[in-house]
Amino acid sequence: MDYSIQKFLWTLLGLFIVLNWGFLMGSTMRRIGARLAGRVGVPIYQPWIDMIKMISLRTYLSHGVLYYIGPVFRLVGGIGMFLFMPVLVGSEIWSNYSFSGDLILLLYFQSFGMLGMALGASESGSPNATIGISRGLAQFAAVEVPMTLAVIAIAIQHHTFSFSEILDAQQGGFMNWTLFTNPLASIAGMLAMLGAMSHSPFNLVKAPNEIPIGPPTEYHSSFLSVLRTNSAIIHVVEAALFMNLFFGGADTWFMYIIKTFFVYFISVFIGMVFPRFKIEDSVRWFLKWPTVIGIIAVLVAAYWK
Amino acid sequence: MEEERKDKFLAPENEIRQVAAPDGSIIEVDPLEDYFTQERPKPYKVRKGPVENFLNWARAESLWVLGFGTGCGSIEIPPLVTPRYDMFRFGVQMRATPRQSNVFIISGYLSVKTLKRVIRTYEQMPSPKYVMGLGSCTINGGMYFDSYNTINRLDHYLPVDVYIAGCMPRPEALLAGFAKLKELIKEGKGHKANEYVENFDWYKDNQKKVINDWNMPDYNW
Repeated sequence: MDYSIQKFLWTLLGLFIVLNWGFLMGSTMRRIGARLAGRVGVPIYQPWIDMIKMISLRTYLSHGVLYYIGPVFRLVGGIGMFLFMPVLVGSEIWSNYSFSGDLILLLYFQSFGMLGMALGASESGSPNATIGISRGLAQFAAVEVPMTLAVIAIAIQHHTFSFSEILDAQQGGFMNWTLFTNPLASIAGMLAMLGAMSHSPFNLVKAPNEIPIGPPTEYHSSFLSVLRTNSAIIHVVEAALFMNLFFGGADTWFMYIIKTFFVYFISVFIGMVFPRFKIEDSVRWFLKWPTVIGIIAVLVAAYWK
Repeated sequence: MEEERKDKFLAPENEIRQVAAPDGSIIEVDPLEDYFTQERPKPYKVRKGPVENFLNWARAESLWVLGFGTGCGSIEIPPLVTPRYDMFRFGVQMRATPRQSNVFIISGYLSVKTLKRVIRTYEQMPSPKYVMGLGSCTINGGMYFDSYNTINRLDHYLPVDVYIAGCMPRPEALLAGFAKLKELIKEGKGHKANEYVENFDWYKDNQKKVINDWNMPDYNW
């Protein structure tokens, strides 16, 4: 078989695994949260049933062309992040379509889905969607600052914007992880991760029970199933992004699953403990400590290079 | 008659008005025509066979509830998410928006004023959708049977799948209601939304008989 087709099929298989792991991880986290509250929680297979249910609804309505395109853009953002990031370290077939400079593209894809969703959701005309979008964009602008500073610090440290090279530099024992070689950048990046995961206390965009459910308020049936698919993928891929940057990546699928689980669990754990911020507090928080630590990380990296 | 009533009680935001476009031209906006559909609802096709049975199973195991506190009965809904009753075990989850929910719990009493909102919300939900009447007030009026401002029989205004009797029914009764609803859906009897569409004129007649200030569009989807 042609190598490019083979590679494409492997990437699709990876996407399939990541999607299902995303669903499983989501329901597992919900069960953990339920146990914390003394409940049993949803069955472990609930996300799959919800997907089938949503697709099997019989009436649809549309608010226009952009309303259709919004969830598609969001899904492209999630899949794009998956495509251009190596899954396993040092593996040719599991390196997906990563290339030198993929780190910059990934940062772009992070915001791409959000902007697409903003277009689609505002087309729906629901005031709750508009509130969610304005909050989301304000918070994301604040989250981007410490995250970009952390990435710049790591890029200066390793002299590269390529994921594979950053991963290679972290191999050979956990003391080589960025977490230990560049702790300041790691702290800034992991604090930014809390915002990127948009879990409590930074779940201002969807803000359940406050602005009913934010941008997806008007989305239903298959539209919602596309959004659910994306959120399953993006939770894993975001966790993988931070795993690759700070925790030395994964060399087997088993390690991939373990590490993404724990990276995601950090944000869930903090979400269990802290209630939701207000938007002005959230923006101020991101522009205060994480940003200061990020600037120091860049300065230190520039000085020591 | 209905046309007159509609004109008489048209809500201010639904009146025809002049709006200036960005290029300076004046546009006339008729919200009822422009913002809402005038098309009557159509029934969806009810399929049969093993695939549909599987889909019915999925629909039954994933009930998304719209929590709509219409009366004192709604106080029995919050305990369902506590450790003691925990409805999440049964695949029942709360949703905040009608577009994403399938089950509409209408907890008695249901005043005429609230009935308007209930109808608007019900019509916004995607089919197949299910209605649960909670409490005696939705069955025959209960202790409010002779009130000037509440309706007595909910199924004159919306098709109801499951009634839960009691004043108040306990949360266990609600869980039993969910179990009964699941049974009905799995048997392929969960298509009351079609009934609403097929008898649309009858339902609208009944609704307009009690709602005097019908200041909303006739169809709300």
